[in-house]
Amino acid sequence: MNWDWQVFCKDTIDGEIVPRCFGGPGDLTYLDWLLSAWGWTLSVSLLALLVALVFGSVMGILRTTPHRGLVFLGNAWTEFFRNIPLLVQIFLWYHVVPALILPLRDVPSFLLVVMGLGLFTSARISEQVRAGIQSLPRGQRMAGLALGFTLPQTYRHVLLPMAFRIVIPPLTSESMNIVKNSAVAFAVSISELTLFALQAQEETARGIEIYLAVTGLYFLSAFALNRVFHFVEQRVRVPGMIGGGQ
Amino acid sequence: MNLDFAFLTPQVLSSYVLKGFAFSLQLTLVAMLGGIALGTVLALMRLSSKSWLALPAAAYVNTMRSIPLVMVILWFFLLIPLVTGRPLGAEMSAVITFTLFEAAYYSEIMRAGIQSIPRGQVAAGYALGMTYGQTMGLVVLPQAFRNMLPVLLTQTIILFQDTSLVYAIGAYDLLKGFEVAGKNFNRPVETYLVAAVIYFVISFSLSMLVRKLQQRIAIIR
Amino acid sequence: MPMIEMKNVSKWYGAFQVLADCSTQVEKGEVIVVCGPSGSGKSTLIKCVNGLEPFQQGEVRVNGISVGDPKTDLPKLRAHVGMVFQHFELFPHMSITENLVIAQIKVLGRGKDEARERGLKLLDRVGLRAQADKFPGQLSGGQQQRVAIARALAMDPICMLFDEPTSALDPEMINEVLDVMVELAQEGMTMMVVTHEMGFARKVAHRVVFMDQGRIVEDDLKDAFFGSPRSERAQQFLSKILHH
Repeated sequence: MNWDWQVFCKDTIDGEIVPRCFGGPGDLTYLDWLLSAWGWTLSVSLLALLVALVFGSVMGILRTTPHRGLVFLGNAWTEFFRNIPLLVQIFLWYHVVPALILPLRDVPSFLLVVMGLGLFTSARISEQVRAGIQSLPRGQRMAGLALGFTLPQTYRHVLLPMAFRIVIPPLTSESMNIVKNSAVAFAVSISELTLFALQAQEETARGIEIYLAVTGLYFLSAFALNRVFHFVEQRVRVPGMIGGGQ
Repeated sequence: MNLDFAFLTPQVLSSYVLKGFAFSLQLTLVAMLGGIALGTVLALMRLSSKSWLALPAAAYVNTMRSIPLVMVILWFFLLIPLVTGRPLGAEMSAVITFTLFEAAYYSEIMRAGIQSIPRGQVAAGYALGMTYGQTMGLVVLPQAFRNMLPVLLTQTIILFQDTSLVYAIGAYDLLKGFEVAGKNFNRPVETYLVAAVIYFVISFSLSMLVRKLQQRIAIIR
Repeated sequence: MPMIEMKNVSKWYGAFQVLADCSTQVEKGEVIVVCGPSGSGKSTLIKCVNGLEPFQQGEVRVNGISVGDPKTDLPKLRAHVGMVFQHFELFPHMSITENLVIAQIKVLGRGKDEARERGLKLLDRVGLRAQADKFPGQLSGGQQQRVAIARALAMDPICMLFDEPTSALDPEMINEVLDVMVELAQEGMTMMVVTHEMGFARKVAHRVVFMDQGRIVEDDLKDAFFGSPRSERAQQFLSKILHH
């Protein structure tokens, strides 16, 4: 088959090849469109990651407290968001939530998708955080309390610093999953990479080139996040622990 | 707004949703069985000492795992007709895609399962005069499979949820059935809610069963 | 008023009774050793003193304050009851100095400089001043346990609880920890020590409590206990321990 990478230099309206491949304002090439789609993918992913980390950590922590009510809340949250397919959750946020909660009608769909993807992932992060805390020796919690720390202080100074170090590797793969899962945003017309792939493939009939570029950008984004987390992991290593320097 | 579920009569459900539900289940089952079979082969290849077996298997698994499933679905939908020379239909394309995609995930589980079996078991198999195939088939794989059963089933629950992504190529599955019903009766809010409840009930009860199974296996060990 | 007073303490895990009607007390300046076979409930008993283990029946008072009373400010009480654990439980992500100062600052509200000075002084006392900037994972077990004792002392405790402080240590490290404990006892610290180290008991204990199956079977003055324990279980236990 013949490659035609020039497809990215084409104008999205008249299909003419634009010299230097970048169009002007109001006159976009497929390359412009691809890059802006990448921007949407990254924005959705990073904001959803933030939402997921906040809610996932809180829920994971609640599940390890001695209070039954809080444990139940954390468990219920996790089961709810884990057992409904992501795409269905996105539809719930996009079609159902604004219809039931009227003030949310004016919220941009971009933010609804961020919440959908973020809360879906929060269930998985809650699992990791809970497992991380529970993997610490029981005596650590007791030692904190025995020194006179309150329970929140024991979490803040004793349990969480170690638990978060332990969960960095699984959090790394969850963050890469978020980039991949952000692809479902196409279903509610967020102009991200997958929607670009679908539409540009239809318009240009150069599916393979388009898909290759999009797939490559997903790969690159996930890899970049992986490096960021790896850097953090190196920075917070504890001397004298397994894997920590002397 | 007022929710009204009255239009979702058994007739409506059976004419819109049943077909899609059947396809979702069929897709899950075929992709699970095919994926575990192919995944086991991939796992054995990756664990082989021959690099011409290990490297392609590793490349396949890592590639599949680093691409969004939606893009994999689109890729196969684009490529299969180029290979076979004729369009295949969204449903058939989905079955092939999910089998090949899930194989990558199942293979990672099987690989961990095989590695969890002590090396002495393999040695014991050979010492009894078994061939490689016999040692794997009679000694290692049955144990690996039993140890990994809960994880394999958990992956299948994820697979069941992921089948909703065939939305991307317009295949008619459980979610699509509800969506079409919602459009025709102009009640999308209700149909999405019911779809969510059904997915939840199925996934949640299956994961409770897996948890039970896990406890029983933990006791047997 | 005794420093530690336990009256008829009982505790269950579900249907299983781990503590049955346990009563004892520790006077100010007294050192008592609690011993008994594993699973006899001695670790659970000592953790009831500062409320780390809740109990269903009975009463525990420390310096007159009731531990089981839901109105009691447990963190405040624990801040003045030092505890040393079997597995040291230093905080692995903090340097030795940070381990020594964190609770002084966050719990007692001391200033950084004051806390540091106090911490380093105690580190000096347990002979580990040179390790101040290391992390727990870089020290030997015996060194970690000495740091853990210093960490407890930094809170200026009114009494100290030791939960099998030497049983996770390699034999050659046991004495360095016991030496610190003996010195503490000789200075008049009120101590309740769960241990099998009968040499330590003979040297500094005033009384010995022997537990079996969740009950306090013997509670004797040291000489009486080592002279002729009344119960057969205690005799058996002692003969096993002492012949090893």
